[in-house]
This record gives sequence, structure tokens and C-alpha cells, in this order.
Amino acid sequence: MKLTLRIWRQDGPRDKGKFVAYPVDDVAEDMSFLEMLDVLNERLTLKGERPVAFDSDCREGICGACGFMVSGVAHGPQKLTTACQLFMRHFKDGETVVVEPFRARALPVLKDLVIDRSALDAIVQAGGFISARTGSAPEANAMLIAKPVADRAMDAAACIGCGACIAACPNASAMLFTAAKVSHLGLLPQGQPERRQRALRMVAKMNELGFGGCSNHGECEAACPKGVSIDFIARLNRDYLGGSLLEKPEPLSNV
Amino acid sequence: MLAVLTSYRTLLGKKGAMAVTGAALFFFLIGHLLGNIQIFFGPQHLNGYAAFLKSTGEILWLLRAGVLACFLLHIYSSLLVTVANQQARPQGYATKRSLETSLAARTMIYTGSMVLLYVIYHLMMFTFLRTGPGYSPHDVYRNVVLSFQQPAISAVYIAAMLLLGAHLFHGAWSMMHTLGLSGPGYKPWRRMVGPAVAAAIVAGYISIPVAVLAGWVR
Repeated sequence: MKLTLRIWRQDGPRDKGKFVAYPVDDVAEDMSFLEMLDVLNERLTLKGERPVAFDSDCREGICGACGFMVSGVAHGPQKLTTACQLFMRHFKDGETVVVEPFRARALPVLKDLVIDRSALDAIVQAGGFISARTGSAPEANAMLIAKPVADRAMDAAACIGCGACIAACPNASAMLFTAAKVSHLGLLPQGQPERRQRALRMVAKMNELGFGGCSNHGECEAACPKGVSIDFIARLNRDYLGGSLLEKPEPLSNV
Repeated sequence: MLAVLTSYRTLLGKKGAMAVTGAALFFFLIGHLLGNIQIFFGPQHLNGYAAFLKSTGEILWLLRAGVLACFLLHIYSSLLVTVANQQARPQGYATKRSLETSLAARTMIYTGSMVLLYVIYHLMMFTFLRTGPGYSPHDVYRNVVLSFQQPAISAVYIAAMLLLGAHLFHGAWSMMHTLGLSGPGYKPWRRMVGPAVAAAIVAGYISIPVAVLAGWVR
């Protein structure tokens, strides 16, 4: 099938950038979106043009490296799917597809579709350590965790940190990401001692990095390739507001 | 407790303040409606209620101060949050499709601003400038009827209540979510409660001008 790709091209972080249209005439419907971009890039290279820069790693939908906006939706029109697992059969012959990077002040564009996601690492880092003992594996039944609790913690831990929630949010808020990271620890006994302090620190960091606030639109959940629920945001809010009431405020240097 | 003030520095802290003040204003709306609705029991009932409110003296002023404080903190926080949200994405998308959000959710700042303008007008009419037609300080019933008999006043009132309804439609559930009153247990009814309560409040308020215009209350 034939597609017209309108792709955001930007030479570097300081370049203004613009959309460039690329007709691709022989898209196979069993290609993934990234494979189609590979084909386009081969041709651009042969013509002596700079190929389109985009991130990818596992191409199995589990690593969180890939991701960009496909016609206005993070990771494209298919629900619960990363861009690498988005197949071309979901597009119509003759369609024009707009491809642009995830946009947020805290996730600046480096080149074309590649963004700098180190802000997400900074949020996780702000959460700090857990005081649970590590080392050799503990005895399996030493700490009993109910199956529904373990399942919910796992649902939160499903977050791959791709940034789609931020890209989809009208406010470029990182609440779903932060909520997932706070909750997968906060639901388990090992995460209890620092549960509220962690929420306070990570939210403060998110704020400092220039992410927007949550208006409870629900766009993040709809865009999340892992289906992380906004229920975790409510949980984060509980931990954060509870922490505000119960925890001692930290010196500014720690936040 | 000090951390409450510290946490107000973050957007989530501001949203928390908006949720708490929003909840307070929500209850004020219900209380105000329960007062107004007494118009259907006749002049004596409504005027009696108004006289009772006035007789509470300092308590009434305390309540009014509380409502005003909630109103101001709600508005102040919403402005800070709106500005920060806009700054969070300096360069927008060429194409953006909404998957989940509602018109009500996206227009909160506008419906809120319109309600603010209406509240100012509303206070001018019956509390401060007393511009209402044929105003008399002790006959609330007559004031309401004379005002709503003017179709323009009723139309503005109904329009303002519909905007308020849009604000509450998203606000009620957003408030619960921000305060953490959401989760798997709440899921089946969380999307229902806000709209249902918002609709009930709006219908209650609008029933008064409709009844006056229809001649049921005169």
C-alpha cells in the first residue's frame, strides 16, 4: 500500500525543525511501523540524505525505548501497543500519516523523533532507596503477599517508562509514570517504610523538572501501551497528600 | 502539618487545595440550593428561612468568610496550575487526537471563569448593589419572583447554571480522584457520581426560574 509520511525533521536540540513529506509506495501490511521507517531510511541513505532518527531497542514492546506520535496518538492508533508492535495493516492505502516526537518541556527533542527522557530517570532517582534487605533470595514464604496485591503491584510495575502518558497528557504531566513507580513499591510490604516520603520526593522532583499537573483527563491511561490505570494516580495522591499531613517536611536540599 | 504548606509548592499540592476547596464549595452549592428550593413552599417559608439566616449573625458571617476563602484559594490555585500546565508543553503538536477526555474537562478554566463572573453579578443583584428589580430587603420571595419574571435575567441564570453544571461534571469526579478517593473499589460508580450529583444540583437551581416563568410560582 501507499502512504505519505509527514515526519518531523530536526537536526539537533537547537534546530527549529520542520515537517517533511515522504511518499512510501510499497508498504507491506505485515511490516511494523519501525520496519517501515527502516525501509524509508535505507532509501534516504542511498540517496545521500540523512536518515530519520528514532529510538528503538527490543522491538518486542517491552523495553520502552521507542515511541512517537502517529497522527496525533502516542504510539499510534492501536490500543495497548508500542510503536514497534504497531503493524501497517492498521492503516489505509493512500493515508497521510503525521509522525512527530513526544512533546514536553521536560523531554526535549534531540533529533527528529528522538527525545531526551533522562527526566524520568531523575524522578525515579529522587525516590531513593528502600530499606529492605537485599542480597541472596529470601525464603519464599517468609513474607506472605496476597495474590490480588501482588497482581496490582505487578500492574504498576508494567510501566516501561516510554513517556507516552506524558506525550498524551494535555498538560504534559508525568503523573501516571510517577504513580506507577511509586505504587509498585508502595503496594508491597518492602516498600512501606519510605512509602509517603518517596511520594513526596518524587512529586517534588517531577514538579521541579517542569512537568505539568494532573487534570484527571484520563488521556494517559488511554495512551499507555501497558494499560497502567489512573487508579494508581489516585493512590499516589493519597500517599502524597497523606505524606503532607503525616511526614516531617524535608530540608529543601533533599528535595 | 508544616509539610502541607511545603507541598503547596508543587502542582499536586495546589490540586489538593483545589479539591478540598472545591468539595467545600460543592457542599455550599447543595446548602444554598436547599435554601432556595424552599420557594416552592411559599413566601412565608422562604422569607422565614432568610430571616433565620440573618438572625444567626456572626455565624453567618463566619460561614460567608469561609466560602469566600475557599473561592479565592480555588481560583488562585487554578490560575497557577493553568499557567504551569501551559508552560509544560511550549511547542504543541501538529495533530493531536483526544481519546478519553471530555469537553467539560478541557474547558474547566473557561466554565470556572464564567461562573466567577456570574457570582459577581449575582452578589451585585441581591447583596451589594441590590440592582434586582423592585428590590426589598425583607421580601426575598418577591425579589426572586420579580427578577425571574424578566426573561433576560432568567436566561442568564439558566446559562450560568448550565456552565456550572459542566464545571461540576468534571469537577466532582476530579476532586475525588485528586483526594485519592478512587481505585478498583470505586470504579463502578466513580464516573456516575459526579455527573449525577452535578445534574441534580443544576436541575434543582434551574427549576426555580422555570417555575417562575411558567407562572407556577408568583
